Amino acid sequence: MKSCLVVDDSRVIRKVACRILSDLGFATAEAEDGVTALEACRVNMPEMILLDWSMPNMTGIEFLRALRRERSGDKPIVVFCTTENDVAHITEALGAGANEYIMKPFDREIIEAKLAEVGLA
Amino acid sequence: MTADDIAFLAQLLRRRSGMLLGQPRPEHIESRLGPVMRRFGFRDMAALIAELRHGRDALARAVTEAMTTNETSFFRDRAHFELFRETLLPGLIERRTATRRLRIWCAACAAGQEAYSIAMILDDFKLAAKGWSVDLIATDINSDMIARAEQGLYSHFEVQRGLPIRRLVDHFLQEGSSWRVGENLRRMVTFRPFNLLDSFGWLDDIDVVFCRNVLMYLDHKAKLGVLDKMSEVLSADGYLLLGPVETALGLTSDFEPAFDAPGVYGKARHAMLRAASG
Repeated sequence: MKSCLVVDDSRVIRKVACRILSDLGFATAEAEDGVTALEACRVNMPEMILLDWSMPNMTGIEFLRALRRERSGDKPIVVFCTTENDVAHITEALGAGANEYIMKPFDREIIEAKLAEVGLA
Repeated sequence: MTADDIAFLAQLLRRRSGMLLGQPRPEHIESRLGPVMRRFGFRDMAALIAELRHGRDALARAVTEAMTTNETSFFRDRAHFELFRETLLPGLIERRTATRRLRIWCAACAAGQEAYSIAMILDDFKLAAKGWSVDLIATDINSDMIARAEQGLYSHFEVQRGLPIRRLVDHFLQEGSSWRVGENLRRMVTFRPFNLLDSFGWLDDIDVVFCRNVLMYLDHKAKLGVLDKMSEVLSADGYLLLGPVETALGLTSDFEPAFDAPGVYGKARHAMLRAASG
């Protein structure tokens, strides 16, 4: 079963995303900020990370940069999922090693389309 | 709507577009025709149908357009676009080096996502900068859809279905919560309203026809007519792309499957010879 870590400071968003991903055959885990997510990745590197941008303690972009420096940190497919929907943020995310980008609000169809985009459908 | 109204509507659609109405629920028809009813100032659906029976052409056209299916997305049926990018297009470019000319027709482009997907792939090859003349023609029976396609403005949701984020950043400009196709791509596509039942006389020597998920809605006679005319306008070594679940087999002998890919056809030998000699 494919694994996905959902990183978002909103409990509601984590719940919605996890439900969609579970329906699509993913084993999901949750983290509420970048620090917790990084610790989770050190224990068990997931195949995919769905990542919010603005979070307390460590933002999504800070997490991504730290992740890509970790051993095996280049492996997970990282898909941002954020309200930061402007070109500057998207470009910054891609430059930091994000594989895809979901602009909130999202629905199941968008998640499915993006999974197809990164070869995880 | 009465059963008689639905039968009349089905006959009208079939005559004007070749489209089969199937067995729709009346509320489905009413939801499609609601905007037409309001635009033409009818009080209810019965009044609209009554006027339609008097043969008012502008109304019949609007009704036909409103009943067409416009479901689409960027790079829909990804395998076709990969084949186009990796195999069909490079092969055609190699075979057209003498003329440096390519003509591609997107035959039912709806709101333009398919045409712009093709344009993005063409842009990857930078053919214009190498002196090529590339015509990308995109047509649809629905003139409202053509107007939308020309605008090239897509919602937050539409650009997230099938469009890789890098292509969004490279080819679109943000306008509030929507995204507009960049000038460069918009200039590459010529949009035009066109009914596939009409004469293809203005089209010739097309290298690739995208006619995907269209035949499935047409009656047998319309399918035969469309495929015959497509065979006429397609170059001898050109390709026809139907939807992955559509087939030309059993309808015409002019096409044969190509590249073992569902929905992808090249011309059969006899049709190639006919095209080459004609």
